Amino acid sequence: MISIIDYKAGNLTSVERALKHLGVPCRITEKPREIASSDRVIFPGVGAAGKAMEVIRSLNLDKVIHDVIARKIPFLGICLGAQIILDGSEEDNATCLKIIPGVSRRFPDVGVKVPHMGWNNISIGRSHPIFKDINPEAQFYFVHSYYPEPENHENIIATTHYGITFASVIGGENVIATQFHLEKSGRNGLQILKNFSEWDGKVE
Amino acid sequence: MLSKRIIICLDVREGKTTKGIKFKGNIDIGDPVVMAREYYEQGVDELVFYDITASSDKRDIIIDVVGNVAKNIFIPFSVGGGIRTLDDMYKVLNAGAEKISVNTAAVLNPELISQGARVFGSQCIVLGMDAKRIKRSDSIPSGYEVWINGGRTPMGIDAVEWAKKAQDLGAGEICLNSIDADGSNEGYELTLTSLISEAVTIPVIASGGAGTPEHLRDVFVKCDADAALIASMVHYGHYTVGQIKASLAKEGIPVREFI
Repeated sequence: MISIIDYKAGNLTSVERALKHLGVPCRITEKPREIASSDRVIFPGVGAAGKAMEVIRSLNLDKVIHDVIARKIPFLGICLGAQIILDGSEEDNATCLKIIPGVSRRFPDVGVKVPHMGWNNISIGRSHPIFKDINPEAQFYFVHSYYPEPENHENIIATTHYGITFASVIGGENVIATQFHLEKSGRNGLQILKNFSEWDGKVE
Repeated sequence: MLSKRIIICLDVREGKTTKGIKFKGNIDIGDPVVMAREYYEQGVDELVFYDITASSDKRDIIIDVVGNVAKNIFIPFSVGGGIRTLDDMYKVLNAGAEKISVNTAAVLNPELISQGARVFGSQCIVLGMDAKRIKRSDSIPSGYEVWINGGRTPMGIDAVEWAKKAQDLGAGEICLNSIDADGSNEGYELTLTSLISEAVTIPVIASGGAGTPEHLRDVFVKCDADAALIASMVHYGHYTVGQIKASLAKEGIPVREFI
């Protein structure tokens, strides 16, 4: 059973619908006990970092998130979920979950429109089980004004170019997170969700 | 590289898709869920559903349509038409839409944009704007006026000013429809699209007038539009999404390859 952490983010039901379409058992939950007892955890996200962190703390979800990660349960962050696993964010000057060292930054003014909205490529820097059967030319759907900037190079799994080159997939051990929306990226997004549902949390 | 988006618009009345010519004479042409699925499989990048249901007691039908679309396609889609309150927005988003498009209600109550952006995030709020060419004047310096109520009521508001204001209020994107070009199949209104695209920093979707892939090329190359809305050129089977994308790719325009 995959738990989709319910912290009132906008895309919960879309993620659930995508998993159901794939025939993967899942539930949306905010109950720490249910989250702690699941095989895999998905941490979705749409919205602002500060507000999200507020809700996470008020529901005591930060503790259970750290707990499942420490117990090596495969953990997937999506969009905002890829940002608030870092130490902090320039958005709302939020202090975040400190799972992967680094911060989220706003796109600099380099002549590109913000938000970065639409389909873009990823350049895979480190092979990872979630990319199984993914064509390297595949594009994914992005909508964001802030991007993750991990401190350590080893946490950068794939990058994307939009005015600057930023980390679009980050991870470490049993944690993986995509800045793009897997639930809205057509069949390649579904394929990554499927790969995650089969991932044992280990990276070769 | 970020692709230019091809967005297909489905006008939905009481649960059925229609395509109107200059906002009049709509005819029913299909089931929106079936059509959405077909376009998804052709590789469209995004979909828009405009609810043009007139009677308010039949408005909830669109929520069922949204729910059924969301179960079947896994690309972003937005819903517009008749959205007046935060509660209307919530219903549509909760049913599975990625974005909400506000048009008339936002002109009459601009706070709707800021409230929606605050509650759901800017990325959810698309400003739909219907603009029509008019003689330049002090009140309409750009020469394009904002109309509401599906292109029936002129508002005396300058289209460029309104676009900038909507961006400041928190709109995440602008879907710009030219009333003059709509349904003509003779190409987008390039002057209008350039004016708006240059005035704002948020993405602009060009709408109204597409009849051939060259029309999309022009609006991408000459106006720097981020996305192009199409309807009849695919609804009537003149082109598939794949054919349009292949034609654009040949011209060096970045489009998402359907792989």
